[in-house]
Amino acid sequence: MFVSYKWLQEYVDLSGVTPAELAGKITKSGIEVEGVEVLNEGIKGVVVGHVLEREQHPNADKLNKCLVDTGAGEPVQIICGAPNVDKGQKVAVATVGAVLPGNFKIKRAKLRGEESNGMICSLQELGIESKLIAKEYSEGIYVFPNDTEVGQDALEQLNRDDQILELGLTPNRSDCLSMLGVAYEVAAILGREVKLPEPLVETTSEIASDFIEVQVDAKEDNPLYVAKVVKNVKVGPSPVWMQARLMAAGIRPHNNVVDITNYILLEYGQPLHAFDYDRLGSKQILVRRANDGEVIVTLDDAKRELTSEHLLITNGTEPIALAGVMGGANSEVQPDTKNVIIESAYFKGATVRKASKDHGLRSEASARFEKGVDPNRVRAAAERAVQLLAQYAGGEVLEGSVEADALQVEPAVVSVTLEKINRVLGTELTMKEVEAIFARLQFETNTDNDTITVTVPTRRGDITIEEDLIEEVGRLFGYDNLASTLPVGSSTPGHLSQYQNKRRLVRRYLEGAGLYQAVTYSLTNEAKATQYALEERKPVQLAMPMSEDRSLLRLSIVPQLLEVLKYNSARQNDSLAVYETGAVFLSNGEEELPEEREHLAGAVTGLWHSHPWQGEKKPVDFYVVKGILEGLFEKLGLTDKIEFRQAQKDGMHPGRTAEVLLSGNSVGFAGQIHPTVEKELDLKETYTFELSLKAVLEEEVSPLQYESIPRFPSITRDIALVADQGTAAGELKGIIKEAGGKLLKDVHVFDLYEGERMEPGKKSLAFSLKYFDPERTLTDEDVTKAHDKVLEAVKEKAGAVLRG
Amino acid sequence: MQERLKELQTEALEKISTAADLKELNDIRVSYLGKKGPITEVLKGMGKLSAEERPKMGALANEVRDRIAAGIEEKQKHLEEAAVQEKLAAEKIDVTLPGRPVKTGNHHPLTRIIEEIEDLFIGMGYTVAEGPEVEKDYYNFEALNLPKGHPARDMQDSFYITEDILLRTHTSPVQARTMEKHEGKGPVKIICPGKVYRRDNDDATHSHQFMQIEGLVVDENIRMTDLKGTLEIFAKKMFGDDREIRLRPSFFPFTEPSVEMDISCKICGGKGCSVCKGTGWIEILGAGMVHPNVLEMAGFDSKKYTGFAFGMGPERIAMLKYGVDDIRHFYTNDVRFLKQFSIHE
Ligand SMILES: [Zn+2]
Repeated sequence: MFVSYKWLQEYVDLSGVTPAELAGKITKSGIEVEGVEVLNEGIKGVVVGHVLEREQHPNADKLNKCLVDTGAGEPVQIICGAPNVDKGQKVAVATVGAVLPGNFKIKRAKLRGEESNGMICSLQELGIESKLIAKEYSEGIYVFPNDTEVGQDALEQLNRDDQILELGLTPNRSDCLSMLGVAYEVAAILGREVKLPEPLVETTSEIASDFIEVQVDAKEDNPLYVAKVVKNVKVGPSPVWMQARLMAAGIRPHNNVVDITNYILLEYGQPLHAFDYDRLGSKQILVRRANDGEVIVTLDDAKRELTSEHLLITNGTEPIALAGVMGGANSEVQPDTKNVIIESAYFKGATVRKASKDHGLRSEASARFEKGVDPNRVRAAAERAVQLLAQYAGGEVLEGSVEADALQVEPAVVSVTLEKINRVLGTELTMKEVEAIFARLQFETNTDNDTITVTVPTRRGDITIEEDLIEEVGRLFGYDNLASTLPVGSSTPGHLSQYQNKRRLVRRYLEGAGLYQAVTYSLTNEAKATQYALEERKPVQLAMPMSEDRSLLRLSIVPQLLEVLKYNSARQNDSLAVYETGAVFLSNGEEELPEEREHLAGAVTGLWHSHPWQGEKKPVDFYVVKGILEGLFEKLGLTDKIEFRQAQKDGMHPGRTAEVLLSGNSVGFAGQIHPTVEKELDLKETYTFELSLKAVLEEEVSPLQYESIPRFPSITRDIALVADQGTAAGELKGIIKEAGGKLLKDVHVFDLYEGERMEPGKKSLAFSLKYFDPERTLTDEDVTKAHDKVLEAVKEKAGAVLRG
Repeated sequence: MQERLKELQTEALEKISTAADLKELNDIRVSYLGKKGPITEVLKGMGKLSAEERPKMGALANEVRDRIAAGIEEKQKHLEEAAVQEKLAAEKIDVTLPGRPVKTGNHHPLTRIIEEIEDLFIGMGYTVAEGPEVEKDYYNFEALNLPKGHPARDMQDSFYITEDILLRTHTSPVQARTMEKHEGKGPVKIICPGKVYRRDNDDATHSHQFMQIEGLVVDENIRMTDLKGTLEIFAKKMFGDDREIRLRPSFFPFTEPSVEMDISCKICGGKGCSVCKGTGWIEILGAGMVHPNVLEMAGFDSKKYTGFAFGMGPERIAMLKYGVDDIRHFYTNDVRFLKQFSIHE
């Protein structure tokens, strides 16, 4: 809502309060003023001039040579390019020395050999948006009414010596979609009076109901319909001040009849519609739901097909308006219109919303109906409209109005105790102070001991419960005046859950290991949604996606991370490690919420380590990624429960991929992405992993318990085993561990040889075995006994023998 | 004889002083002090001396021997030290060459903001509550006093999956779910971070996916002044002790009264500049007293319990705090962007 400071002064005394101060006060007490526009900012020296002579410029077809009286000294010659400039006009003249918006300074100039002492201005040149300028002036200069005095400040004449407050209204404050509503608000803030317009209309002896009949069939959608009849209007331009107010509020002037309906919309917040009585085609107005498939041609000349959900104004048979949204072309007010019907009605918000949404017609009018107009202003607005029609369109107002009234207006009556107000706000207000606040709002109150009962005016439909009253008290008392306290009462321990703690540990660990945390989108396209998923499920799909690329919820994070690597690679960062923790979404069927499982994924590409001047350069390989994960599992106390097993996975290198098992259950994978995928994404060798973080973090871990530091020495035996190429180190290690018994405390691989010196198809794997007994010093004999069992077992179970 | 010994001493000491290295010094030791050395030779002629002179001459010879030995020892120390110095000099390195890099990553700026806020409120007795990103219409809207057809639903056009299931448009459903779990018994003190989704075209200031973090306190006797005091602590911790806050009335369907919190503009100190659009204030978050309908729907007696809630966008906070100018940076994950957030002031 754009609020003219000067216009507002008609309803509230604003003396002593500048527009900027007013904006600050309004913002603090409830409605954000998003800006204050000074309409004549940056404009100087523009006066009303009188075009005394006009002739064709001798050297230019499209230019006019004008002699203009600017009210100061001799008339001056001005060259003007506007097609509509003519002798006798009163126009806005930027005199020599004037400044126009954009710091455009007017100087004496020669145009095609002719002197020009200033500029005749269009409204655009005076800072008004083209779309707000009445059609007749949109392509040329603006012409003042003939009685405008020469030499006056043109901007004052145009009512541009004003400031506009732009209100950012929240949905509950639709009461301020009108000047009167704003007036009540400002009066409450300033503690001043509201002066309402008092329309006094002289009527003719003719009676409106003799001319028109009103019937409403759809009473639910339209509980109140008021029609007034005005005869013999002269359609023409509306007064300059009215046009100016409309433009400042963002509405384009048309003619006096239409402008007056729009003016009332701004003043009362009540949208009106004017029908050409003689074009109605009947003497009846019938409001009903449309029939399915019924068609109306609206005044934008669009043919609109309707359904039974849309409300129509008809002449008994034919539609003449889409209620609350747009009038019909057939009954539109035209330049030759003589007699008009003014419609002021209460249409149900939801009905109007449906129609405006279905037809893409959102207007100042429909917005107000949608939010609910004040039912008590419907008649007053109609009265005010006909008064202005009499005043500014020469109309004769007929006696009475024709109504269909099924509206029950009951103002809300809400009670609240002083104790509750103070308890919620944390204040120590007295009843007197509270009463004073409601008096400022012009709410009627009744006090009974501790309870105040408020009768809420219908203009404030947002107030229905005691908390609403508390808010009114709070905001007008001023939140600045509230103390700052902290909750008292039972104290609560603040903490992260075990899961949240562990998740932070995982993140810090990975960051310490060299990975950057990424945050990517959950919505993705069909191909990426399921690629690299840990579990085969149908992805969850949006009903109405904005684009194909963001239409499904991801089942895996890896594709998103690969996208991150691709993005960075293309920008000269082709060695990079990233990870992400976040939800993937597993469908549980149409009507159920999907399962959201938190995953951890990582992706590493290019060089893992680079230290060129000492000749070190190491591209990432499988064991880098595996090492990162092993370190993570170590931190989480899961080392003994984790197993990496050779695996195949779509999109992964067939020989360089492992399934990760936790206590025997698959929880993820790690490996190299398939070289064809690398090529597609233009990536260097890239390794990735994805785990169900949920499974990993929720795995039961035995509580931390100190183990005494060994008092006896251990004995280490190294063995080199010759085994088949296909035998996995992990498999041999498993056999060794099992066979080694209690004394074998640790086994690890320390060498792998697959060279020429081996028999074809064989390899040598060297293990270091550590034997230890916490109770005593081991003898060679003890160890040999255990060790022999190990050698036997590897031979028997894996055909591996000691290397000779 | 006496003279010969003195001569030998002088000669030896001179050779010692000019010895260039340990080997030469050793040669000197062998040639003068060895069994076949000149001193021994001289002493062989002692038989010719009188019994009186003999011990004198013996003492003198020993003295000469000791002097030479001492000279050698001293010189040896010198030479050894020099050798060490030489070795160290040869070992000198260029300390300005780059060190072997230790790989470091860091957390995402949004995580940084969220964890900072979490920790602040944990310190004030809050726990961190999380909930599903795909929500039931009931929790996302209805339980928050946004019945079907409510005009404020337009304010947050949403991604629906079915008629009743959608991507949550705010983290408020976590509040509804948490309150429901409490079965009408306070206190509830939670902070809820998470991803939310709205039908917006991605541009410099909009993102179809973004983060939110909300707080909720429900107990007997929670007052609006408690909200103000809590937000003040938050603002000063996040943005600096010198920041002022102001509460402005606003509207949210799930709170009544509702407010928005502004902080004073750091750039202009409240005088007004382009960052604060001339107002001197920057909007940070929305808050309010929990609407009685919301309390009742979650099973709390709104006559007995009151509460406050607040919610904000970590992206916005990060943008203000670090001067990030495009919200898309948070989701593009350009490493040149991510890297900058490894520093801790
Ligand atoms: Zn500023």
